[in-house]
Amino acid sequence: MTSEAERLATPTPAVPRHSRVRPGRRVADRALSVFCIAVTLVGVAVLGWILGMLAWRGLAALSPAIFVAVTPGPGTAGGGLANAIVGSLVLTFLGIAVATPVGLLAGTFLAEYARGSKLASAVRFINDVLLSAPSILIGLFVYTLMVAPFGAYSGWAGGIALAIIAVPVVVRTTEDMLSLVPNSLREAAAALGAPPSRVVTRVTWRAAQAGILTGIILATARIAGETAPLLFTALNNNFWFSPDLVGGVSNLPVTIFQFALSPYENWQELAWAGALLITAAILLLSVTARLILRRNRAG
Amino acid sequence: MSAIPIHPRATDGRSGRVSHSAFERLFRAVSLASAVLVLLVLIGILASVLSGGWPAFQAFGFWGFVSGESWNVGLERFGAWPAIAGTLMSSALAVVIGVPITIGIAIFLTQLSPPWLKGPIGSAVELLAAVPSIIYGMWGLFVFAPLVATYLQLPLNQLVEGVPIVGTVLYSAVPSGTGILTAGIILAFMIIPFVASITRDMLDQIPPVLRESAYGIGCTRWEVIRHVLVPQAGVAIIGAIMLGLGRALGETMAVTFVVGNANRLSGSILDPGSTIASRIANEFNEAADLQLNALYALGCILFLVTFAVLLVARVLVARLGAR
Repeated sequence: MTSEAERLATPTPAVPRHSRVRPGRRVADRALSVFCIAVTLVGVAVLGWILGMLAWRGLAALSPAIFVAVTPGPGTAGGGLANAIVGSLVLTFLGIAVATPVGLLAGTFLAEYARGSKLASAVRFINDVLLSAPSILIGLFVYTLMVAPFGAYSGWAGGIALAIIAVPVVVRTTEDMLSLVPNSLREAAAALGAPPSRVVTRVTWRAAQAGILTGIILATARIAGETAPLLFTALNNNFWFSPDLVGGVSNLPVTIFQFALSPYENWQELAWAGALLITAAILLLSVTARLILRRNRAG
Repeated sequence: MSAIPIHPRATDGRSGRVSHSAFERLFRAVSLASAVLVLLVLIGILASVLSGGWPAFQAFGFWGFVSGESWNVGLERFGAWPAIAGTLMSSALAVVIGVPITIGIAIFLTQLSPPWLKGPIGSAVELLAAVPSIIYGMWGLFVFAPLVATYLQLPLNQLVEGVPIVGTVLYSAVPSGTGILTAGIILAFMIIPFVASITRDMLDQIPPVLRESAYGIGCTRWEVIRHVLVPQAGVAIIGAIMLGLGRALGETMAVTFVVGNANRLSGSILDPGSTIASRIANEFNEAADLQLNALYALGCILFLVTFAVLLVARVLVARLGAR
């Protein structure tokens, strides 16, 4: 343990300046440090550049009308993003409302019921693949499943497409967090006569609460900005959607996509405002998730 | 780590209450169903692209479709090669550009950074991963592409014009800033945070005692990394890079913004092109008949390629985790 403490106290065990190290070795060492520091600076600079640009163009375009007025038609002046913002909230909520129970139960199955079984490792593997699966393919799948048969785009299809993206995130974090719960807790509950379902719902879920919640928040952050799966499912348009969500449901990501690539100046401005709103929301969610996790670990 | 055996039968006999054990069975069944649902989603994705793309594969033959170079809606002739080549080229460029930066950041975070800097930089990298792809697309189109046009394409054009081979690969007929290379660079920025955080976790898993004994016999940092860390984590790092490659292959929105969306294949990496994902995103909503089938068939090819890459990646990453 002392070595660990020393390492922390002297973070860079570099080559002593006046040692008799062959110059070639010293140069390689120095070059490595310079390279690593330089590329880290590049990474941080790109993040700063993107966020700075968003803040600059987005804040300039932000006005109260954004939250009140509906997205303007082609060549129409003014307008806002109200329908897109509400549509995005609805779709994201739908997606996470479907993904949470499915992901929570699937993760529970993997961690509590089927640990070590063949089925569990198959599901775990497929889930990991789905985590990185191209989201546009999920759009195609849901189009085939829910849009083509009914002949109408709908918010429901968009919500399901987002749910399919969120589920693997929830499954993964739930399973990871449940595996961290010490077995002695389960044994104690079982010894008191609690049946398995009660052990899961009252003991292990509760012990892993913060971690599972973090997973759900991260999944929300992930789907809030997803665009590709909504292109062929929820579609997008410039008016308020009907309350049954059938027909296109306007949403921020697709609006940003269409407006940013348009030749109209007010559309482009709205795209920047929307981009700022959505990025701010997502960063807020992921920072919240990390804070919950950190506070829980510390406590 | 072995779980205590939880099984509905264990409580059946003792409690003897029917409704109780029925709930136990139901809870287990619903959990099982949710897990199986995850499997079904993957099968469903494959089934939908396969059945949707089938007519196109039949019309042109699998290899005929894959190697076909024209994409002509009017004549109903569809070939996938320009999109496949664009996908592979932009992803390959992303990996070539992204990997050195990724590994540099991971080494900085695990080996070089003073402790007080680790947290902030680690968080910055993770935030970079949370930024949605459409934002990268906008930034790429409005900020980065003009820079590419002014500072890369125009000077390069003057430099390489008329030179054989190099003059083809690096000459841009349309110096607009959008193109395969721009897409590759944006993709690199998108996969860097993702791969860097996995690589960092892999490097952190290596027992410190290995590193310290190497320092103890007088190794420099470069030697420790080259002879201790790389052999230990190399396979997993390759797995992480392939996970990034899988992401890059299927990335849609950012690429659609900056790739230029040209239907023809150009010999130059600086010219506009298209990828499988960008073509589906651009054309799917207006497509009908055979064009729709051809887009599904493109999706099918994308599925097979990304699935293969992710499969290998997961096996490589899992191998270190198991040790």
